[in-house]
Amino acid sequence: MSTRSIVPFGPQHPVLPEPIHLDLVLEDEKVVEAVPSIGFVHRGLEKLVEKRDFNDYVYIAERICGICSFMHGMGYCEAAEHIMNVEVPERAKYLRTIWCEMSRIHSHLLWLGLLADAFGFESLFMQSWRLREKILDMFEYSTGGRVIFSVNKIGGQRRDMPDDMIRDFLSIFDGMEQELKTMAATFLEDYAVNTRLRGVGFLTEQQAHDLGAVGPFMRASGIALDTRKKGYAAYPNIEFEPITSTVGDCYARTDVRIHEIFQSIDIIRQAAAKIPQGEVAVPVKGFPNGEYMMRVEQPRGEAVYYLKANGTRFLDRVRVRTPTFANLPGMLETLKGCQLADVPILILTIDPCISCTER
Amino acid sequence: MNVFSFSKTTLKNLFSAPATRPYPQQPRQYPERTRGHVEIDIEHCVFCGLCSRKCPADAIRVDRAAGTWSIERFGCIQCSYCVDSCPKKCLSMKQTYTAPAPEKSVDTYQKKPAAPAKEPEAAPKGENEHA
Ligand code: SF4
Ligand code: SF4
Repeated sequence: MSTRSIVPFGPQHPVLPEPIHLDLVLEDEKVVEAVPSIGFVHRGLEKLVEKRDFNDYVYIAERICGICSFMHGMGYCEAAEHIMNVEVPERAKYLRTIWCEMSRIHSHLLWLGLLADAFGFESLFMQSWRLREKILDMFEYSTGGRVIFSVNKIGGQRRDMPDDMIRDFLSIFDGMEQELKTMAATFLEDYAVNTRLRGVGFLTEQQAHDLGAVGPFMRASGIALDTRKKGYAAYPNIEFEPITSTVGDCYARTDVRIHEIFQSIDIIRQAAAKIPQGEVAVPVKGFPNGEYMMRVEQPRGEAVYYLKANGTRFLDRVRVRTPTFANLPGMLETLKGCQLADVPILILTIDPCISCTER
Repeated sequence: MNVFSFSKTTLKNLFSAPATRPYPQQPRQYPERTRGHVEIDIEHCVFCGLCSRKCPADAIRVDRAAGTWSIERFGCIQCSYCVDSCPKKCLSMKQTYTAPAPEKSVDTYQKKPAAPAKEPEAAPKGENEHA
């Protein structure tokens, strides 16, 4: 046996702007084990719920993550609505669906850019983020914010999207789809990119199942599960099938995410075609009492919101299980046996969001 | 597998307009809904304090006795919850952002004493205190 050495990785690392620290146990250049430590950016957002009115907390829930901010706010609102037996107007449900899918596109494009950056393809990184910029602009047009949208409230949405705005967005998506196809060809077919992605970081279907992986990370290993299928917002009225791959390596994860972008555009088209007219919010009276567990599918996978209310303005407890937390065990498994040079890419392909994991 | 899969994009880039804007020569056009900063029409405020109670960031202070309304510019998170909850509709969201500053600042607005009804508008911006 050759001598083992330990290489620290993170929390500040050039390719990974996420505060996770790993102790990589190496034998020569091969990783035999990775020991993670997190907790560098804990902000105590869950505790804050005891001091904030449950309506105000929507704006705090959004700030759990700067990428899935819409879905965090929505997950919290849907949980509170279930406790209070509030039926959200149909139009608001469709708006939620559209904004959710826009978040997914923006998150996946961001990730594709980071991936390109991690294997040193700077111009591909710029192209991904150029496309993502269009989504951010659309968000600003429709919600008023580029990153934090503040359009959710318990009982519906705070803003409506006029029909001509939706039409404009659809035509932007048409153009974007074309550009995406060109970009996807580079990610999926380019020789240099393929050599970095193919055949590294395998996670088998059984491992994904046993380690509780979620989201595209799990679907790339062949498990066709998608929380959107459980039916929240307007998803029960939308036709789509979870995108999977059976290979389970880094290439498969890229492939799944790229196809999810196209699927999201399709879902937005369906939602835009079916969106009914009407109110976007109903007034909510009284205080919640009871508990509820809400599951939503974020770009990184399934997030769980647990709310416990006691009949006053202040909730007893909010617990958020973010997808990255569920994906960390799987990530450590894929790291075993890989080359040191591949570590950044392997970590990236679970699309880690450590800040929201620590809340 | 493909070797020159990116060259099409590269060529297109060479002959197309830049994706970025020459800042600051060409300032940004904000969309109508952009949430930049909160503005108050202090003459219509009744100092009910609802905005300050609703504010998730505790950025607003309302002093009924002194007739002042103040906002911590860098504490505000631009959620516009106060704008929605003001019963007199005297708060509004403006598109421009608070300018960067080396120190946190509080903007205080003072309502003119009620006396003659038709006074010229009060200077909108009060003194800049440091938080
Ligand atoms: S809610 Fe409106 S009227 Fe009441 S104190 Fe605030 S700004 Fe003034
Ligand atoms: S916009 Fe939000 S954070 Fe800012 S003052 Fe109003 S309620 Fe407070």
